[in-house]
Amino acid sequence: MASLGSIKRQVTWNDLIFNIILYGMSIIILLIVIYPLYFIVIASFSNPTEVANGKVWFVPSQFTVDGYKEIMRHSELWTGYRNTIVYTVLGTVIGLAVNIPAAYALSRRDLVGRKLITFFFIFTMFFNGGLIPTYFTIRDFGLYDTFWVMVLPFSVAVYHIIIARTFFDSSLPQGILDAAQIDGCGNLRFFFQIALPLSKAVLAVIALYTAVSQWNAYFNALVYIRNEDLKPLQLVIRNILITNQAMAGTGDGLAAQEARRLSELMKYAVIIISTVPIMCVYPFVQKYFSQGVMIGAIKG
Amino acid sequence: MFQAIIASFQQKGPRLFHAALGPKRKGAVHMAAKAAGEKLSKKEILVSTWRRIARNWGLYLLLLPAVVLLFMFTYIPMYGIQIAFKDFTPKAGIGGSPWVGFEHFQTFFNSFQVKSLFTNTISLSLYSLIAGFPFPIFLALAMNQIRVKRFKQTLQVATYLPHFISTVVMVGMLLVWLSPSSGLYGNLAKLFGVQEPPNILGMAGAFQSIYVWSDVWQHAGWDSIIYIAALAAVDPSLYEAATVDGAGKWQKIKYIDIPFLLPTAVILLIMRAGNIMNVGFEKVYLMQNPLNTMVSEIIATYVYKIGIISNQYSLSAAVGLFNNVINFVLLLLVNQASKKMGETSLF
Repeated sequence: MASLGSIKRQVTWNDLIFNIILYGMSIIILLIVIYPLYFIVIASFSNPTEVANGKVWFVPSQFTVDGYKEIMRHSELWTGYRNTIVYTVLGTVIGLAVNIPAAYALSRRDLVGRKLITFFFIFTMFFNGGLIPTYFTIRDFGLYDTFWVMVLPFSVAVYHIIIARTFFDSSLPQGILDAAQIDGCGNLRFFFQIALPLSKAVLAVIALYTAVSQWNAYFNALVYIRNEDLKPLQLVIRNILITNQAMAGTGDGLAAQEARRLSELMKYAVIIISTVPIMCVYPFVQKYFSQGVMIGAIKG
Repeated sequence: MFQAIIASFQQKGPRLFHAALGPKRKGAVHMAAKAAGEKLSKKEILVSTWRRIARNWGLYLLLLPAVVLLFMFTYIPMYGIQIAFKDFTPKAGIGGSPWVGFEHFQTFFNSFQVKSLFTNTISLSLYSLIAGFPFPIFLALAMNQIRVKRFKQTLQVATYLPHFISTVVMVGMLLVWLSPSSGLYGNLAKLFGVQEPPNILGMAGAFQSIYVWSDVWQHAGWDSIIYIAALAAVDPSLYEAATVDGAGKWQKIKYIDIPFLLPTAVILLIMRAGNIMNVGFEKVYLMQNPLNTMVSEIIATYVYKIGIISNQYSLSAAVGLFNNVINFVLLLLVNQASKKMGETSLF
């Protein structure tokens, strides 16, 4: 029987309409997603009066870097930036160190008590002590308003453990373990020397998820941090973007108006500088990420 | 790895929890004894179990950090749930504070806010659920049909990107875009001749819509990944058979793609329905302003405000506990209901 590949299908009207609608819609979706972001980029480089007057659509108007210069002057932004970088790097390392080994251990069928331990983890996804009890626990452990509260107590992410465990389940052939055990390889050695090197895809994915959530972390800081020096970036920019505390320009004088315009401009610039780093990391990790999905696809 | 998750969703009948655990593996002694038809004495079973534990000490070591952290910061706080039933003061501590039973719950249910809190929380949640549900599926179906590789990749990267934006920045962007004077919204309005567009950021009626649709904008792309992975697992011979039968692209989507995605979609819907009382605090809190409070005050923000800000610890703990319990019960109920209906369930 001739292979289906050699059957020439006529391009039907239906299919043509389908394609037109499909690609048309996709382009509209693309624009809806990209244009607002693009607008912020160009607005951050434009004269704020021009932006307010609706003159900015596709290119910056009256190019200026005043917004960025203004950012340079706000030292609390730099403190926040530094803190967030530290929290992100440390938080990702700790997150990997805590979650991945647990996921591996849970993927081993010969683990005694596996069901019980799995339940121990999963139960916390559905029920926890609540805000106030947790708040007092953190205080009692002396972690309130310290640097560690941002990276240690909440580093166990059961969702990540499930993802990693599924990966170990489906991608580590039992045969490798059997062969290694016959050769006298212990569990720890197997994990570090064999399992981990084979798991780059899931390590990249979990690292990415953890890094992003650390970078964007805001609620924990809101509740547990008072010290200005420990505040992460998101908390600082919340003041600038939302509660408008950075440049209070009241009154109608020209200077006040000018100050208000500048604070508007600074908002755009702040959005850009706080989001660009994460967006830059993503393309690099996407390589591992799509590999991870592909590995899963072949196995499935 | 997503394939494995999808595969376990796709199996009708077996429950996800048990399917994920896999078959049991007993020790060699046990197996040999069973094979020989002998009955092991209780002592022998105990000994062989301990032997297996001791042999795998390394695995328990790997588990240790996670278990300790989880115990310290998620289980220990559960002891503090008592705060909801006492008149708690930090000075007296949990032990020294007097019992008041359900008094705080009564206070809460008699307060003037309770009705609006429930209405706001549930309506926002339902709105979010219903609006946000079809778009990731829709996106995945569309992306699956795009044949031009470059365009597909561009579309994917573009739609995934907003997911990485932080909540603070997202709300900041909303405030900037929707500003009636200087934002995109304002500019568009002026373009169409409307000089004084209404301030939708201050309109209580618009709050939920802005919240929900910006969520869809931000997360639909990322949420579609799991559906895309599912679609990638469809047996290509199904498509070929359909082609032979004369199916056009519409029909292939209708009769192959959509039914294939259904189990995954149902599971995700179940998980989200179980979370109805659990609307996220962060975005709502940031979007609140004096003008929209009557619609924007939800249970989570209320718990935070009276607890951390006004220091009414016991009342806040009571409301928080109530919310948690309802969530838990809802999830169990929804899971039961879906089992009854014969669909895949969570556990």
